[in-house]
Amino acid sequence: MSAALLELLETSSTATETDLAATLRERTAAALGETADLLQDDDLQTALFLAYELRYSGLRGIDDAWEWHPEVLALCASIELEFEKALRERAPMPELPAPGVESVAAALFELTGADTGPSVSRYMAKKATDEQAHEFLILRSIYQLKEADPHSWAIPRLRSRAKAALVEIQADEYGGGRFDRMHSELFARTMRGVGLDATNGHYVDAVPAITLASSNMMTMFGAHRRLRGAIAGHLAAFEMTSSQPNRLYGNGFRRLGYNADVTFYFDEHVEADAVHEQIAARDLAGSLATDEPELLQDVFFGAAAGLYVDGLAGAQQLDAWTAGTSALRAVDTASLPA
Amino acid sequence: MTEPDNQPANQPAKRFDDQWDDHPAAGADEPVSITAYPNGPLLVRGTFEILTPTGEVIPPRRKTVALCRCGVSTLKPFCDGSHKAIGFRTEPEPPAPQPPLPA
Ligand code: FES
Repeated sequence: MSAALLELLETSSTATETDLAATLRERTAAALGETADLLQDDDLQTALFLAYELRYSGLRGIDDAWEWHPEVLALCASIELEFEKALRERAPMPELPAPGVESVAAALFELTGADTGPSVSRYMAKKATDEQAHEFLILRSIYQLKEADPHSWAIPRLRSRAKAALVEIQADEYGGGRFDRMHSELFARTMRGVGLDATNGHYVDAVPAITLASSNMMTMFGAHRRLRGAIAGHLAAFEMTSSQPNRLYGNGFRRLGYNADVTFYFDEHVEADAVHEQIAARDLAGSLATDEPELLQDVFFGAAAGLYVDGLAGAQQLDAWTAGTSALRAVDTASLPA
Repeated sequence: MTEPDNQPANQPAKRFDDQWDDHPAAGADEPVSITAYPNGPLLVRGTFEILTPTGEVIPPRRKTVALCRCGVSTLKPFCDGSHKAIGFRTEPEPPAPQPPLPA
């Protein structure tokens, strides 16, 4: 059905548009009915990713007007409905604290500290081969080339202390207004440093559904005002599980012989995310749950869903590597440097 | 011409921009704030310099920095999140309930 979406987006005739839209609706309904696991469904996650991309950098050769086209919005809505349902059913929720800055921050630190997911970072530090390190960057590139953007949707949707906290974090993510310090740009520099293509979207077809699901989840949380609690919780959990892994990633690339041009992105995140996690846990998530206690549940849902999906993605990646296979969906070895 | 009630007549009228001068969060002379985050670092905001023991300025990498107060960071003076791994506590544990004194 992602092919049906592309066919619709590429059409310029209103006559065929109606037919193509009908086909897309049919295929989407069928795909949603048949999928064994939406989080692992390449076709559905790709379709959602493409539709969402219209809201970010756009799709090459596709008219930007499709972003707000009712057919595209309907497609997103039908996948989002099932996607959110699956996440709510499957992400293990912790016991909720009382709404309050201290209690929410403490509970978030406990939740993220108890996360005993498989450690891609330890593997990267100690064992990863050069090829696996390239795969690691390709997988990360889906989100990191637009790092911070999905959470920025929440800025106009928040008020008061939570908004100010989010802006403080995001300003730092965007390099304090300096292009060459923007985290997405630092990541692109890392990719180029190991010989990868840092064009946005270049590796979309190479990554498994769960990697697209991780990015789609953030966009879904960020782009719905209703889910502003979830995007705040997601950011908090993301920042709170970032400093130490980034130190290990940096060590891994140093072990493989890369210089500061490649490792700077990771080293920068050790320091940055140690700042961000404090602001995100207390001033963003804690304040939000205090000011709007009805969002408390969603703050923890966003955090739990983020940990759950990224835990699945990490486990799959490690399973592939330890079995001596590729963690990518379709390895086009020709496009990878030797 | 009459001056607004709240402004002394012998002072120039305030421009819109001037109101920011009274505001602590604007301008280069903004006072520094240090916030102690429980069980974690000190967050420093404002206009400040961090110096090495020999007086050289450590170039700031961001506007808000986190200073380690647990002692184990590998990035000192900055926090690197290690305080979580050692279970650093800034608040004393609540005292264990004492048995009531015999009457
Ligand atoms: S306070 Fe964070 S590492 Fe020391």
